[in-house]
Amino acid sequence: MIEEKFDAIVVGAGMSGNAAALAMAKRGMKVLQLERGEYAGSKNVQGAILYADMLEKLIPDFRDDAPLERHLVEQRFWMMDDRSHVGVHYRSEDFNEERPNRYTIIRAQFDKWFSSKVREAGATVLCETTVTELARDAHGKVIGVRTDRRDGEIHADVVVLAEGVNGLLGTRARLRERPKPDRVALAVKEMHFVPRETIEARFNLKGDEGVVVEAAGTISRGMTGMGFIYANRECISLGIGCIVADFQRTGETPYGLLDGFKRHPSVAPLIEGSEVKEYSAHLIPEGGYKAIPQLYGDGWLVVGDAAQLNNAVHREGSNLAMTSGRIAAEAIVQVRSRRQPMTAENLSLYKKMLDESFVIKDLKKHKDMPRLMHTNSQNFFLTYPQLLSRAMQNYVRVDGTPKAEKEKLTLKSFVNARSWTGLFGDAFRLARAWR
Amino acid sequence: MSVETSVRVEDKLFYNRYLVDVGHPHIKVRAHTKPTAQLLALLKVCPARCYELNDKGQVEVTVDGCIECGTCRVIGEPSGDIEWSYPRGGYGVLFKFG
Repeated sequence: MIEEKFDAIVVGAGMSGNAAALAMAKRGMKVLQLERGEYAGSKNVQGAILYADMLEKLIPDFRDDAPLERHLVEQRFWMMDDRSHVGVHYRSEDFNEERPNRYTIIRAQFDKWFSSKVREAGATVLCETTVTELARDAHGKVIGVRTDRRDGEIHADVVVLAEGVNGLLGTRARLRERPKPDRVALAVKEMHFVPRETIEARFNLKGDEGVVVEAAGTISRGMTGMGFIYANRECISLGIGCIVADFQRTGETPYGLLDGFKRHPSVAPLIEGSEVKEYSAHLIPEGGYKAIPQLYGDGWLVVGDAAQLNNAVHREGSNLAMTSGRIAAEAIVQVRSRRQPMTAENLSLYKKMLDESFVIKDLKKHKDMPRLMHTNSQNFFLTYPQLLSRAMQNYVRVDGTPKAEKEKLTLKSFVNARSWTGLFGDAFRLARAWR
Repeated sequence: MSVETSVRVEDKLFYNRYLVDVGHPHIKVRAHTKPTAQLLALLKVCPARCYELNDKGQVEVTVDGCIECGTCRVIGEPSGDIEWSYPRGGYGVLFKFG
């Protein structure tokens, strides 16, 4: 049993937990961080893209020694049907800058590095320790944790729950509900290894340049979901995810979906001849603003995926995690500097600060999007991609049909599939949810 | 659906590293005679195919290959069909890349 008492305990060593632990330790707080994995990162799964701006706020010179894969110079969006894709690609030389904006990373390696910074800042990091329960006093205030490694409780003034999307502690303590099947996606991913030069040739890259492909369409078989392909230095992260309730409803298998994505004629050549070295799966919070639970209480705060802070529209999560962890730490530091207790009232500062940040502002902006995408998944992920593909083929295939007739045919295919009311309704709903 | 059946999940799991906590499965299926819809859904949705039907038509779980995504918890815990905990510290899947 650890007899001493800590200023703060952080549960979990992912993006949000490391950010919180680092920010508090840097301010001289006595921090204990608990992680159930063998090392920080060994249980963490992400695509993964790192957003420099949010990390710079914690570690300004991270580029000196962080294990980064490639800086992104190109973003590709693919709308796929079974044999084709319609793409929007954005590539710019501007992204070849001194301090690049986004990088691909490999989470297990990155998190290990991030954790080393947390230790350097003076926090105590205990791995291979699963927190089993929150310890509370007679008034229900959280005063520490119980773990599976030691008898008894470890006490702290405040507990930061950075336990991930599937966080059990908060649910068991009834601080928040368990994620619902229609508000989380299950994503599966493989790591495909190919020689560095092969990646550069296949993706049109040089040096440390990187590219991201995000794909939607018939690959998700009518479910709400997306595929992704990220170019790392010597491997390609390839995966696909769909809303859990959709898997439940359709009886599709995640590995069947992944297999279909890999066999797609637009994807297969990119990973041809690769050696797969890992297969992973993870839940992604997709409920958006409306799924955000109570964020603080007497003696506790929740950050990152555990708080469902994920921007499903922009596919951003790690930056929201890192930022919420940092802001939680700043709020705690402020309460502490005023020598005030860690009550719900005082810790409400965290929510106030988070509300003013991009984290909540972005989620609020897209608050209706998750529902729209989910209730119209057949249209957005099956019908439209197919229509678009046919329209493009009709447009580019030269076969002697007069152009006016071709255009009329394309329009007719859209109206037949969705009707005028449907088309305008979809456009209107999409615009309103985006606004 | 011939493509589906050709996917061998056990081959995929072979890439991964695990430290199995023998005798302490972190997921338990509630005893039943006839599986609920939720339990049947797990046969397909579990990405590691940990859930299988036994010859009595009951759903069983073998957690050795579990990649700890929590999907079965989201589906099966509310109805009480399964009990879900994290593995003890240090045990379970050990991602090299993640």
